[in-house]
Amino acid sequence: MENPLLELRNATKDFAIGGGLGIRVQRSVRAVDNVSFVLSGEKPTISALVGESGSGKSTIARIILGLEQPTSGEVLVEGRDVRVWLKEERMSYRRNVQAIFQDPYGIYNPFYRVERVFYNVVSKFGLASSRKEADNLIVEAMESMGLRPEDLLGRYPHQLSGGERQRLMLVRILLIKPKIVLADEPLSMIDVSLRSIFLKNLLGLKDRLKMSALYITHDLNVAHYVSDEMMVLCHGRIVEAGQTKAIVKGPLHPYTQGLVSAIPVPDPRRRWKDTVKVQELTFKELLEERHRCIHSHRCPYVMPICKEQVPPLTEVKPGRSVACFLYPEVKEATTLE
Amino acid sequence: MVHILEVEDLRVFYRSIYGDVRSADGVSFDVNVNEIFGIAGESGCGKSTLVEGVLRVITPPGYIKSGRILYKNTELLSLDNEALRRLRWRELSYIPQGSMNSLNPVLRVEDQMVDAIIAHTDLSRDEAKEMAVTRLEEVGLPVEVARMYPHELSGGMKQRVVIATSILLKPSLVVADEPVTALDVVVQKSILQSIADLRDSQGITVIFVAHDLAAHAEIVDRLVIMYAGKIVEIGSVYDIFEDPSHPYSKLLVAAIPSIEKDVVEGIPGLPPSPLNWPLGCRFHPRCPYAMPICSDEEPPLQEMKQGRHVACHLYR
Repeated sequence: MENPLLELRNATKDFAIGGGLGIRVQRSVRAVDNVSFVLSGEKPTISALVGESGSGKSTIARIILGLEQPTSGEVLVEGRDVRVWLKEERMSYRRNVQAIFQDPYGIYNPFYRVERVFYNVVSKFGLASSRKEADNLIVEAMESMGLRPEDLLGRYPHQLSGGERQRLMLVRILLIKPKIVLADEPLSMIDVSLRSIFLKNLLGLKDRLKMSALYITHDLNVAHYVSDEMMVLCHGRIVEAGQTKAIVKGPLHPYTQGLVSAIPVPDPRRRWKDTVKVQELTFKELLEERHRCIHSHRCPYVMPICKEQVPPLTEVKPGRSVACFLYPEVKEATTLE
Repeated sequence: MVHILEVEDLRVFYRSIYGDVRSADGVSFDVNVNEIFGIAGESGCGKSTLVEGVLRVITPPGYIKSGRILYKNTELLSLDNEALRRLRWRELSYIPQGSMNSLNPVLRVEDQMVDAIIAHTDLSRDEAKEMAVTRLEEVGLPVEVARMYPHELSGGMKQRVVIATSILLKPSLVVADEPVTALDVVVQKSILQSIADLRDSQGITVIFVAHDLAAHAEIVDRLVIMYAGKIVEIGSVYDIFEDPSHPYSKLLVAAIPSIEKDVVEGIPGLPPSPLNWPLGCRFHPRCPYAMPICSDEEPPLQEMKQGRHVACHLYR
């Protein structure tokens, strides 16, 4: 078998809290806790990484991009360790792995016209041999995404809407043709009316470039619309993984069940009836919760074992994994260890 | 039906070197006692400017150009600052957008709540503290939260502290601007429940501003759809979701992503600039049903049937 496109092996990231000014750091927060997953990349796939704010989604993206070093564990892209790859051939890594960030305002330098991001890409990666060829490439890429170059080129970032800026980021992806894109909540600053256009463009790129993507979001509606596979993250741990449609239809982990039942159905005749009070973890509790199931605090099915051991992510049926002691396979996996 | 608030032809503008930015431009609506009244629309359509105008918290370069705001038969625009100050917190309360992130990081939750109580009542510090704790419990927070600092709380807890603060002095009307926007679904759900509780168990009238129609579907009774500084449709939340009349409302409802829909349509084109609204109907450049009259004449907001107002030439 060929090397998978992206693989995380027991990636863990701790952030120290307190300290500074020469004071020794006593405590740390585990933002990403022993996360392992594989995106095979055999066929173009969009995998959604879903979780609440503070669940470690963005930290995982930053680790993959090399912006953050994992405290332990490995990140491999096409079988190569990302740290090593970045050190040896930074540009070649960037050519293969690209990102679209949450904030389409921070990406552009306000003093330069927007097309500068494209010319930078063209010259950095040597995509064209002359200015004219570069112009043609850029115009062609924009038109194929349904954008009108005459409206957008030559303008300054502040003159464009959030939606236009994010779609220009997709044009940039189209120029670079990476093997994988990490999209970190790219919709959060785009208006509802323009979101579906962005998502359609992204799906179009997946087919055209045979590209895979890791789509990070807290919005299950969007994940359901855009992704083929899904991983659910809860306080730094993956609690469930599998086909998106199957998870949304029949979530196995109690945490995922809560998430799915909380998806707002835009229908005033079907309002949330149950008044389950959601218990949120405070910061202090989070620090003390690592040796047990991370969800045991607010889980309606909590058992004694949940407070004693960490349930491992275990395959319970083909292509579907869950980390919950309610499932006998998970218990077995624990005793084997 | 008794109106707690009547807004008539309100214009809230911003001064700029290019002339007035007409963010809320001739808006009229009534809010009934004891209802949850929703205001929806894309960003930049003037939702926040409108409520800032209604509560008279708009700051320069923003100003109220004209209009009438009747709160329980008091004309708010004619009040001086002191009279307005006496109404605030006791009668009208405001939860600005992003206020959960403006809690004072160096004060305990109860201390910042106590400040507001002391500024507006004659209660002693101890009485005020007791009151703060009661309000925290009313929005479903444990008592210990009172002694905590904002950084020790999760986003949802902070938002609930803000809601508890807004009802400290039991106002009749609470205006909440995008209270659930930065929160994730599970927390959103519980915050929306807390807001619905304000009305259900405390009889507070709520004006709920959000761009997310799915949130409106959860708690709102009547809904206003704004576009480009104008109201394009008013109706019960059922009317607007099940049978939207204005083409913009139709597209907006169709654009809500849902796990029950495989196809989600966007709205073609871009929102116009508030410096330079299109002539005629402001939606006509993006409207699939545009007729010649739409670019010439601005359609007035007219009653289509009982409780249903639409501003569109299709229905005239």
